[in-house]
Formats: sequence, structure tokens, C-alpha cells
Amino acid sequence: MKVGVVTFPGSLDDHDAQRAVRLGGHEAVALWHGDHDLRGVDAVVLPGGFSYGDYLRCGAISRFAPVMTEVIEAAGKGMPVLGICNGFQILCESHLLPGALVRNDHQKFVCRDQRLRIENTRTPFTSAYAPDAEITIVLKNGEGGYVADADTLDRLEGEGRVVARYLDLNPNGSMRDIAGVTNERGNVVGLMPHPEHAVEDLTGCGTDGLGFFTSLAVTVLA
Amino acid sequence: MPKVVVDVMPKPEILDPQGKAVLGALPRLGFDGVTDVRQGKRFELEVAGEVTEAVLAEVDKVAETLLSNPVIETYSVRVEETA
Repeated sequence: MKVGVVTFPGSLDDHDAQRAVRLGGHEAVALWHGDHDLRGVDAVVLPGGFSYGDYLRCGAISRFAPVMTEVIEAAGKGMPVLGICNGFQILCESHLLPGALVRNDHQKFVCRDQRLRIENTRTPFTSAYAPDAEITIVLKNGEGGYVADADTLDRLEGEGRVVARYLDLNPNGSMRDIAGVTNERGNVVGLMPHPEHAVEDLTGCGTDGLGFFTSLAVTVLA
Repeated sequence: MPKVVVDVMPKPEILDPQGKAVLGALPRLGFDGVTDVRQGKRFELEVAGEVTEAVLAEVDKVAETLLSNPVIETYSVRVEETA
């Protein structure tokens, strides 16, 4: 499977994401924010970082990058799209996912090994996990507080669209401990913590994040 | 030349950690009368030619699509005459 990873000006984790894609058994294809071209990929990852310096709002300017026209169109047709951290913020700004991400309630940047529960294993990025699997991956953000109005939160929970929830402690003030959500169709996933930093034993806090990248193969075979 | 000013504020129900941090600093400086602080953004737009209704309608669109995120923020548009 060909998985595109978009590089925006200020992306940090694009190379880690490409590496995780390859370790997941796929071909990683570098995509450029300024191109109206997805280069024939089957799925897209929007990586973490500080695109456009987080100016205006996190993800607000990236959302209008040329490549996003194609990403939004492809997502509408069912292409799997994963947004991690800044990528999650871009997906919310693009209205591909509901809600928004605001500054951490405690006002400090947080960087820790975070335990999560995977609550939806039907998405193309979580199907490799057992239902309610508890995993530990890296979390690092300054503006990771997930917010939405009560109706939206109720709907997300009622429809099983909360993909991952924080365990042990809420690291950033996210409403209802939400770490990740998916769209109605289930092909677009946004996640604040970083599975691409937990794919090898050599570095990070284990390999619990690899499932986000091996899941794609399960989805395609299904 | 007139400026079009767009003010963007976090919605009342959205936690504003920056405003809270400013509020927390005030008593340390001896300012005790302030009970709440909300921090927003102000954009000053210069436009070509007259500020007509059509121009204001366009600025409204700019404010809605890019300058603010309607999920978490509200905005207002006004014209400010400059000397």
C-alpha cells in the first residue's frame, strides 16, 4: 500500500511518520504541501509539528495549503487519512473532524509517555488493536485540549467515534478525556498523541504505536 | 485611509488559559480590582479603495473562513477611521 506523508513548512515528524509507515509494511510517499498532487497514494498521514509556526491558530493556515484541496476531496471519497497532533489540528480546521484543539488547560507544554485506551477498532488505523486495548505512546503538545459543544461530544460518544481516550490522567484538559476521534464514515482519524514515535524498541516507550500503521493492511485485506 | 478591524474572541464557554494566566499575574502587581480576563486577537486590514458594503461582506467572509474558527471563537467586523 502507498501511504503519503505530507510535509508542510514547519512539520517535524514527517520523517518519523514515513519510517513508521515503512515499518508497518507499506511504501512511504513524500507529499509536498505546495503540490496539487497526491501521487497516487492509497492513504495519507498529516504529521505532527508546528506548520506555519502555528501562526493564527494551529493548523489554520495549513488547512488552505494546495495539497489539502486534494486531501479533503479524497477523504470525502473514503480515503484513509490519519492526522497526528498538528495533523489532528489541521483536520479539525478543515472541518473533516468535529471540534477544535486549544491551549492546554495548565498552560504548559506537556511531553510524557501516555497511556490510552483504543475505544474504536473499526477505523483503518486501529483495526489491528484488540477492542479496548490499552497502549502507551508518546504525547507532546502545547495546544492539545480537545473541545466541542456538549451535543457534538454526546454524538461522538453515542456513535462510537471516540477512537482513543486518555487513561490515568488527563494531560491537557481535553473534554471527556478524548485523545482521538473519527468522522462519521470512519475513514478520517485524528489523534493528539504520537504513535509514530512508538514503533521500535530502540527508542521511545515501546512499540504500541505500530498498530496504527499495520492496521492499514488489515483494512485493505478485509 | 480607513482600516477594517476584525476582533476575534474565544467563546465564553471555551476555557482561555492565556487570559487566566494574565488574570493570575495581576494581583502580584497590586491590581486587585480585575475579576476576569479574556484574551483575543485584533486584525487590522487595509483595503484598496472605498470601504463599501461589498468590501465589508468580503471581510466578513475572511473573518469567518480564516481569521476565526467558529467552533471556538466569535468575531466582529468594524471600520476605523485613521487620521
